[in-house]
Amino acid sequence: MNDLVFFLNKGITSGLIIGSIYALGAIGLTLIFGILRFAHFAHGDLMTLGAFVTLILAAALAALGVTLPLPLAFVVMFPAMAITAVLAIGLDKMFYKPLRQAGARPVVLVMASVGVTLMLQGVIRLFAGVRSRDMFVEAPKEIYRIPIPGATRKLVVTEPQILLMLFTIVAVIALHFFLTRARLGKAMRAVSDNPDLARITGINTEHVVWATWIIGGSLACAAGTMLSMDVTLKPDLSFNILLPIFAATIVGGIGQPYGAIAGGFLVGFCETLAVFNWSIVLRPFKDELWFDLPSNMSLVPTEYKLMVPFLILIIVLIYRPTGIFKGRVL
Amino acid sequence: MSSQTQNPIMRDIALFAALGVLVLVIFVSQGAVYSVRMLVEAGCYGIIALGLTIQWGYAGLFNVGIMGFIAAGAASSMLMTFPRNPDFWNSGGPELAGLFIVKLIACALALWLANNSNRWGVGPRLRALLITIAIAVSYLVLSFHMTVMSEEIEKASGWMGGLGLPVFFGWIIAGVIAGIIAWFVGKICLGLRSDYLAIATLGIAQIIKHFLKNADWLTNGTLTVSPMPWPVPSPADGEFLFARAAYLSVVAVALLITYLLLQRAYHSPWGRMMRAIRDNEEAAGAMGKNVNRRRLEIFILGCVLMGIGGAMLIHFTSIYDPSGFLDLNHTFLIWVMVILGGSGNNRGAIFGAIFVYIVWVMSEPLAVMLFATIATYGDQWLGWEAPSDFLSRALQMRVFVIGLTITLVLRLAPQGLLPERQARH
Repeated sequence: MNDLVFFLNKGITSGLIIGSIYALGAIGLTLIFGILRFAHFAHGDLMTLGAFVTLILAAALAALGVTLPLPLAFVVMFPAMAITAVLAIGLDKMFYKPLRQAGARPVVLVMASVGVTLMLQGVIRLFAGVRSRDMFVEAPKEIYRIPIPGATRKLVVTEPQILLMLFTIVAVIALHFFLTRARLGKAMRAVSDNPDLARITGINTEHVVWATWIIGGSLACAAGTMLSMDVTLKPDLSFNILLPIFAATIVGGIGQPYGAIAGGFLVGFCETLAVFNWSIVLRPFKDELWFDLPSNMSLVPTEYKLMVPFLILIIVLIYRPTGIFKGRVL
Repeated sequence: MSSQTQNPIMRDIALFAALGVLVLVIFVSQGAVYSVRMLVEAGCYGIIALGLTIQWGYAGLFNVGIMGFIAAGAASSMLMTFPRNPDFWNSGGPELAGLFIVKLIACALALWLANNSNRWGVGPRLRALLITIAIAVSYLVLSFHMTVMSEEIEKASGWMGGLGLPVFFGWIIAGVIAGIIAWFVGKICLGLRSDYLAIATLGIAQIIKHFLKNADWLTNGTLTVSPMPWPVPSPADGEFLFARAAYLSVVAVALLITYLLLQRAYHSPWGRMMRAIRDNEEAAGAMGKNVNRRRLEIFILGCVLMGIGGAMLIHFTSIYDPSGFLDLNHTFLIWVMVILGGSGNNRGAIFGAIFVYIVWVMSEPLAVMLFATIATYGDQWLGWEAPSDFLSRALQMRVFVIGLTITLVLRLAPQGLLPERQARH
């Protein structure tokens, strides 16, 4: 029983957490990929930027002596999401829109986004340094230890993990209703399916572009904040988080928000279960196994964790480039 | 714009003359030893930039994993040329390593057979199953063998050591290894849109770096390897300046040969075909050109050049340190060189490489000086106390400047300083 609880703690919980973070990031990426038709390389740093905005707001409130029943960082995440969305629109106005209007090839936009990611990296590290920071400015995070009958080991869940899961569920439902019921959401799907046809039916593409950046930017901020609340805020995350999110986007099918959610959880679970030490779960069956149980039996050593999303990406690109949910191959 | 189209040759001469003056100023102000070092490194970057300019400028391929190909080239060249490690050869290591290669070939064969099983009448579902089994089994076999082998080798001899072969041979192998990796990446991604290639190259670069950092048995990991052998008498044998100048001449000759060959390729029917594919893929395909195959060719060729250039660069620094491969220095700096110099123009790539590298090297002390000044005056005038890692943040300023340069050049001068000149035949 103890081993099962260990598996729940280390395998399932962390898979769910990292999966929802990847999913939140991948939704934005897939919408940008589908509507604006380029791979947005600056998404990882947009996440870091959002987390920093949250941290600054939280620190400001904590300095004023505000205390709330929820962690400050979670509460100020909502204004921070709005700020990040505005920043994302600003980045689009300054760097991507002129290129789009000049009729640049999509690959030039990809390159511009690489330039933007470097600029964001530079600015963030210039003002904040490279050390990692704790998002819980006012009080340490609460950890719940839930006793399980028949086991001495307890189920461990932290407060931000619960908040993250709730937030992901709410965000996904809200996004679903927005995309299927709201006028603008339907317009977004139309532009994603066929931009020319959408334009001649009178859809204002400008508004669609704005909506894309608002959703992408705010979800990126949420994902970044949640990730840094779960562990710590690391300013040097960018390229390491980018690869799993791209993998999730492509696995799910480009332009498919639901696919991105599924892809995010798939990549997250694959990653956690690949580095999970299986010998602990197998230990109760030690006598029945035909081989000696080694002390560490993970499929992938932790230092090669990045291999997992990459391999998923490669396999999908070879055998099913449209992704699970039949997205586009642009 | 009008003057450059009217008189491109004058523009070339003027820019290269200005570059010559800049180099001369540095020679006078910084001394010969320093300047020769800078020129050698700039020359190596020039070769890498030529590799990128044919990928981006000739074929429009977006490669953000240059660092990976440089690292792979440097590591393989190091393994070829570093003196042998007698401890390793006297232990059971070579046997294990040989067995690993045999298993690797067997697994590759099994995977190939599974992948081509549809030719022998195997249905799609069975084929998918066969492929899955082949991948799973070969992964388990190889990773288990690698764990055993790395423990065994690290216990017996620390690491494998090199093969002690001549340096020029090592450079060729560097190109070959980089080319093989490029073949894999290109085979998978080149049929799809260019964004996928960017994502995949970004990923492979991170993985190569992680692997080299952690593979202590193969490359000594983060413990670094030095001194790397030189193809010419190294500074340890005698004169410092003479040794560096000899290395410079080797690099210059390599750069010149590469340039001449690429220039010839650009004006050949092959080069015209490449530009046709870049400018209008559908039309080129309709003319019967095999678009993906040509792209694969040029992608591999570019990566081979990156591997060779990277090997030359790391041999010169004489210390092989896998943590020293940085996205900024070994990927994005080269992008700035190419797009600033002028993509699709070989002279532009060389000009960009040398000019940007000089600016890059000079900017480091300048940025530190600027930040030190800010810290001093901020303290004196405003009573603002700078954070303890303030000076190390000066380097982050350069990240910002690189990003800003990329976006500005793309927007304001997409053709670069020396624009591509389409030859009229």
